[in-house]
Amino acid sequence: MSSPRRVSDNAVPAMPGPLKISDYHVVARPRLGRWISGALIIAILAMIGYAFATGKIEWEYFWQFMTVPTILAGVANTVLLAVLAMIIGVVLGTVFAIMRGSDNPIMRSVAFGYIWLFRGTPVLLQLMLWYNLALVFPTVGIPGVWSMRMIDLMSPFWAALLGLGLNQGAYTAEVIRAGLLSVDTGQYEAAKTIGMTRLKALRRIVLPQAMRVVIPPLGNEFILLVKTTSLASVIQFSEVMYNAGTIYYSNARVVELLFVAGAWYLILVSFLTLFQIPLERHFAKGSLSR
Amino acid sequence: MTAADLARPEGGQPLLRICNVTKKFQDYVALDDVSLSVSKGEVVCLIGGSGSGKTTLLRCINQLHDINDGTIWLEDELVGYRQDGLKLYPLTEKETIRQRLKSGMVFQRFNLFPHMTALQNITEGPVQVLKTPRQVAEATAMKLLERVGLATKASSYPSQLSGGQQQRVAIARALAMNPKIMLFDEPTSALDPELVGEVLAVMRELAHSGMTMVVVTHELGFAREVADRVVFMDRGVIVEEGPASEVLVSPREARTQAFISAVIG
Repeated sequence: MSSPRRVSDNAVPAMPGPLKISDYHVVARPRLGRWISGALIIAILAMIGYAFATGKIEWEYFWQFMTVPTILAGVANTVLLAVLAMIIGVVLGTVFAIMRGSDNPIMRSVAFGYIWLFRGTPVLLQLMLWYNLALVFPTVGIPGVWSMRMIDLMSPFWAALLGLGLNQGAYTAEVIRAGLLSVDTGQYEAAKTIGMTRLKALRRIVLPQAMRVVIPPLGNEFILLVKTTSLASVIQFSEVMYNAGTIYYSNARVVELLFVAGAWYLILVSFLTLFQIPLERHFAKGSLSR
Repeated sequence: MTAADLARPEGGQPLLRICNVTKKFQDYVALDDVSLSVSKGEVVCLIGGSGSGKTTLLRCINQLHDINDGTIWLEDELVGYRQDGLKLYPLTEKETIRQRLKSGMVFQRFNLFPHMTALQNITEGPVQVLKTPRQVAEATAMKLLERVGLATKASSYPSQLSGGQQQRVAIARALAMNPKIMLFDEPTSALDPELVGEVLAVMRELAHSGMTMVVVTHELGFAREVADRVVFMDRGVIVEEGPASEVLVSPREARTQAFISAVIG
């Protein structure tokens, strides 16, 4: 043996050289496929880039309109609507998810009916129904005490918030229900044996553990919702799509303004996704795979 | 009519009295007319094969299961119902909790709350349910952790503890609620063999301190050493019960003999 040290008493196959990998220089395998595919992708991207740069798009309009007050106001409204609708959605979703797991059959049926109704119809239709609610109920109020014309109450904002929030609640309820189901029944039992009520066990023991499972799909839901707010343009809510539209109706720069709106959606979604990381870390408390 | 009309247990007023209890899961009879009483300070070990009903019996005591017939009495109080003449009114959630707190439960699979530290696991009940001030609860919890030999692990999460350590925290969590009786559901069955001893040591100390205990276990050595009484169950009935020295050493019933020789191997 030419090995500098005795490694093992075991009989080893005759090997002309040391017996440990660390005594050698390991030569990397050539990654030819990576180089070829990388070059190909770059070429394709360059062609697409060239096509857009030389196409009939006036890029100065794009940059100019990215930051005009109308667009920025639209972006602010989009964020406001998405965040408020998501808050409504999570609150309703949690309540209805808990109701679906209740042993009270009335609670269960109400939750089932709500989810069935709001998931079963298009959100665009729901938005239009809320907006046109005045056609069904011209006035709202308590008879003889107070009343208000529905057409004044149901502004585009309130119609959009109600429509998106209630719709979101139905989807979120199922996401949260999945999270509740993912928690081991032993956790409910342990909470019971130290004297917790069902609601306290949910709040203190089960929901915090369910959140861990629920946050990635909720992030999904939220991203979807940010983009779904664009449907509120149909009922004249001045979010970013609607405001981009008002501009291109007057200056005919349709594609440039659609690009502006698209860029803002990308920025918003990228930014909001960042919030998911600290949230996930918070609810991963105590888990090994941190 | 008085409460005494309801086949109330007589005699030396045991802490726990199980009277002719039947429990069914759909058509399956898990407990068939089971009667058993446990006096204050007594340690009773329930042994038997899987499906014999021993765990079900334990879970009926603290109302994790409802019973179909018979009655259970804890500290002279009917479990699960309020009696008025020949009428029984199921207890409200609040009353059920008050009764349930008379017993502490230790599970086979620990069931510690994974998002809380060992200390938080122990203080959770006292703070949230008994409304003990947090500082007081933490001081008590630290004493309990010391008692189970884990004072240095107060801020560890369950995932950072071994199975034996988790089970000892679970025992401390149950003790923090000041139960009158401790129920153990196969507390060492999910443990690696080398970790069984540390949990049994804690239980032994608890038994010697005078705690009333009902222990479902396969640890016949522990039963023989610690139990005042051993109860052998099979197919939902109590086949044999008596002092450990009799049931485990010279069992009368053939089924008991078969089980013990199978376990010892």
